[in-house]
Amino acid sequence: MHLTATRLGRRLAATLLVGAAASTAALAQDDDLLNQLEQTPQTATPELVEATFKGLRLINGHTVQTPGQGTLAFLISHRFGALNSGAYNFFGLDQATLRLGFEYGLTDRLTVGIGRNSMEKAFDGFLKYKALRQSTGPRAVPVTVTLLATSALNTLRITDNVERTFGRRLTYTYQALVARKFSPDLSIQVMPTLVHRNLVSRATEPNDVYALGVGGRQKLTKRTSLNLEYYYLVPATKPSDLRNSLAVGFDIETGGHVFQLHLTNSQGMIEKQFITETRGNFFKGDLFFGFNMARNFTVRAKEGFRK
Amino acid sequence: MPEAGAQGKYQTRTGTVTFFSTSILEDIEARSEQTAALIDLQGGQVAFVIPIKSFQFKRTLMQEHFNENYMESEKYPKATFKGQIQNLDREALAKGLSQQVQVEGDLNIHGVTKRVQVQGALELQKGSLLVHAFFSVAPADYGIEIPLLVRENIARIVSIKLAATCESVSQISAAKP
Repeated sequence: MHLTATRLGRRLAATLLVGAAASTAALAQDDDLLNQLEQTPQTATPELVEATFKGLRLINGHTVQTPGQGTLAFLISHRFGALNSGAYNFFGLDQATLRLGFEYGLTDRLTVGIGRNSMEKAFDGFLKYKALRQSTGPRAVPVTVTLLATSALNTLRITDNVERTFGRRLTYTYQALVARKFSPDLSIQVMPTLVHRNLVSRATEPNDVYALGVGGRQKLTKRTSLNLEYYYLVPATKPSDLRNSLAVGFDIETGGHVFQLHLTNSQGMIEKQFITETRGNFFKGDLFFGFNMARNFTVRAKEGFRK
Repeated sequence: MPEAGAQGKYQTRTGTVTFFSTSILEDIEARSEQTAALIDLQGGQVAFVIPIKSFQFKRTLMQEHFNENYMESEKYPKATFKGQIQNLDREALAKGLSQQVQVEGDLNIHGVTKRVQVQGALELQKGSLLVHAFFSVAPADYGIEIPLLVRENIARIVSIKLAATCESVSQISAAKP
């Protein structure tokens, strides 16, 4: 009797053990299935690093971003008057300069844009091409490089003794925008720039002005970021009484819009104006408050989707 | 040999997952064709892995926001599901009949794991296992925040459709050398 009970106990224990082992095996196998799937070697593909910046503009100047194929971006930019212009001018809010612009992504890389500025009644147009895209994976590319060529036409009626031919009213800017997204939050951009002015005020003034821009963004939350932009004028070609353009901005993104609020010592919103016509001293209150607003429209949906 | 066919493992790397969000203001649709699936008919287990960045949207900005703001795909690059088929009829499957199945398992999206029940269908056709499933997910359940401003644009419940054609694993390995 006693013996049988022990035997029974042993058998029970053995059954329990086997059962436990089986269930562990089942669990392990279950785990394995997902692990197997994740571990099967795949042909690794390079992955593009997207959204280096939220907007098409860093503050005044362009970012490496392009709207993407079939997307039309509408940009409204404002700069108010100088902050130190006194209470009579309501600290600059009485005056405003405006730029309206359209940019269209012909392909994911190539963009064309046009704009109209109240300052100098200038029209501007540009071509922007994303030549290199930052990517991870095999043959990773460390930076995104976008090339930008813009021209601006001053259409002010000017009555002085210099004849303003069409050519003399034109200014060209060439930029290589080089950016790297270091982390989801931090992106830095460097912008070597050449501004060519067909007409200058004095013979001693350079027609070609070289500048080096640096800027970046640091995200504060998922949908806001702090931006900085600085253009250093190369001394050898620096026109007289100009200052380097400095700007501090704050981006807010809401669904299809990007709002950018900023303070800068440049009142113009096109390259020739903020790089080669900035005279304000940022630290002496020659500050312009401004904002950019961008709205994207999908003109042509990606292939395979209903409009 | 259909009997043998209803036993082994089946795998794909090119399954399609589509999701739809329908609201008064906006319809959002995205598709990934890089869904990996591994199905073990012997043990009745299934596993799925979807790279989040593989989802394609009709608007580039939507895709950017999806990755940057909602799914945080840099932090959570994959969505996974592993589950157990509750009512697998291997014989019917071996006969080439479409099988309605109930799968229970863990769905991991945006770093959050939830126990879910999913209805699906399995069918063996010419040695391939066809997998279909249609189910819904509430973004809020997976810690995906939708800001007030766009709350009307994004549905509270997102419908998900899965279609995959899985090949027998033994066939794949046999074909390799």
